[in-house]
Amino acid sequence: MANKLETIDVNLHYGDFHALKGIGLAIPDHSVTALIGPSGCGKSTYLRLFNRMNDLIPDVKITGKVLMDGEDIYQIKSSKIDHLRRTVGMVFQKPNPFPKSIFENVAYGLRVNGISDNSFIENQVEKTLRQAALWEEVKDKLKKSAFELSGGQQQRLCIARALAIEPTVILMDEPASALDPISTGKIEDLIFQLKDQFTIIIVTHNMQQAGRVSDYTGFFYLGHLIEFDKTKKIFTNPSKQETENYITGRFG
Amino acid sequence: MRIRRFTEPIFESLIKICGYSSGFVVLLIIVFLFKEGISFFGSSPVEEGFTMYVHSNNPVKDLSAAQIKDVFDQKITNWEALGGTDQPIERFSLDELGEAFTEEQLGKDFEFLPKCIDSYMDSLPGSLAFFPSAQTDGKLKSAIPIKIDKITVGKFLADTEWFPTSRPAARMGVMPLLLGTLLVSFFAIIIALPLGLAASIYLAEIADERVRKFLKPVIELLAGIPSVVYGFFGLVVIVPFVQSAFDLPVGETALAGSIVLAIMALPTIITVSEDALRTTPRAMKEASLALGASQWQTIRKVVVPYASSGITAAAILGIGRAIGETMAALMVTGNSAIMPPTLLQPVRTIPATIAAELGEAPFGGLHFQALFALGCLLFIITLIINLMVERVSAKRIN
Repeated sequence: MANKLETIDVNLHYGDFHALKGIGLAIPDHSVTALIGPSGCGKSTYLRLFNRMNDLIPDVKITGKVLMDGEDIYQIKSSKIDHLRRTVGMVFQKPNPFPKSIFENVAYGLRVNGISDNSFIENQVEKTLRQAALWEEVKDKLKKSAFELSGGQQQRLCIARALAIEPTVILMDEPASALDPISTGKIEDLIFQLKDQFTIIIVTHNMQQAGRVSDYTGFFYLGHLIEFDKTKKIFTNPSKQETENYITGRFG
Repeated sequence: MRIRRFTEPIFESLIKICGYSSGFVVLLIIVFLFKEGISFFGSSPVEEGFTMYVHSNNPVKDLSAAQIKDVFDQKITNWEALGGTDQPIERFSLDELGEAFTEEQLGKDFEFLPKCIDSYMDSLPGSLAFFPSAQTDGKLKSAIPIKIDKITVGKFLADTEWFPTSRPAARMGVMPLLLGTLLVSFFAIIIALPLGLAASIYLAEIADERVRKFLKPVIELLAGIPSVVYGFFGLVVIVPFVQSAFDLPVGETALAGSIVLAIMALPTIITVSEDALRTTPRAMKEASLALGASQWQTIRKVVVPYASSGITAAAILGIGRAIGETMAALMVTGNSAIMPPTLLQPVRTIPATIAAELGEAPFGGLHFQALFALGCLLFIITLIINLMVERVSAKRIN
């Protein structure tokens, strides 16, 4: 399988803080990769490399290479960053719908990218809401505010919103951490289905979740990538002692 | 421990007393304002202690304050215009008395005044007499007091003339003042809102931290400058500018007032809407950017809509500031109560009227009460504005 994303010796500094220390990692196409590790280990920062979200933070310095389909996304013109972000969808820790209707939330990404064909937008909204397993619940209230949905529904709406612009990569930053077990289960089912079409990276604190949904798992600790391997291997037979300690709950 | 058992109830009751008494003072001020203001309604617009008479044969039995003023301004000279018979109106007051009668005829203490008036009125049935009530009340044979419309809330609000010191009957129509106030205030907001919104967006979303740390206190400092300084600035800079820019005979116009009030409302609008813009969750902005939206699209489509109720509150607060502003408005708007007010004419706002006229209004008199009624009106307007702000802000929390 080809590598969709790859980082080569990436270092990231927030001011004086060395947050990512020489991370080299290759992520295969159409796979789910879970990033695990204790809080502050750099896994979210690493995730945000791929849509250049770290650029928004002042005093960030990044060295090394971040490749997507073989192209270094930190060498592209700044005017192309919007385009990069269009190909990389992101789902955040807490559901963060826009203060708009359900329909407009999903249509937002299309509209800001200059699509004005309403029938196309309508089709795309329905398609992605179905993909996100939300269509049946919201089809009669598309004009209602997105804030009227439950937390789990909002998060699925945010996933639909990310899917609507047809990205090839989806980044998920602890997408189920603010949700109840039933909603979490739905999100996990969704990730499972989306795997065929997208390359998914998911940051999670939940070991079971990582074990359930991912094909590959990377363990981060204090800015280092300690171990990266097939999920099954990491959870049954990790090669590093730290990984085993973390997975078995001895620290973290 | 023992001491605390005694001191705590004392502090508690002290705090309670402070709370109750300040609330009580506020209530007292409102009661005082409305007591004076309300007694204005139902009183007669004719100067206190005077009565107006017409000949008992005159078919005209009642007049309005506006008609009386027109008669004494000699705009109306014939009874026909007032619904009577075709005869000229002769104004007859203490001024004319000396020409018509000698001192002997009037008597030493004006004891023959009623008789003189009677004979004058008989010879000139078209007279409109205006005399002190004390010497004439019930003593005239051929003249009867004319009924004059009392001041009502409706007339106060709808009358288009403000001549509070006109004799014998004052005209107290709040319309030109109210329109002047609203014109100046709303135009001030039309100027201030786009500028303030732009500045707050710049501060909240675009400016880097150092610029923000410098600019924010500077803008907040603007709010602390006394309004008389703004008025002075307006008088020296903006009034001549308006005069030359529009080639006007005078620069003290509603427009000059609007510009000065806009500058004064800016700090309120900027700080309140900047605070609202900054409440937009970071994750929401990131979500927009992550979908490929540019920074400008994010501001326009996510940040501003999210903060819209806060921005509305800022605008209303700005209007409130402009409506209540006294000194600057007094200094630059030219103070003429005209209808209909336009931007390039002098206007007079309600607070400026109160400030300018209270000093010359006799205590407890009609004019004095009229100014209190203006104060009540202003209070009601600002109360409505504050309630609107509260509603809009409450919506934001939900």
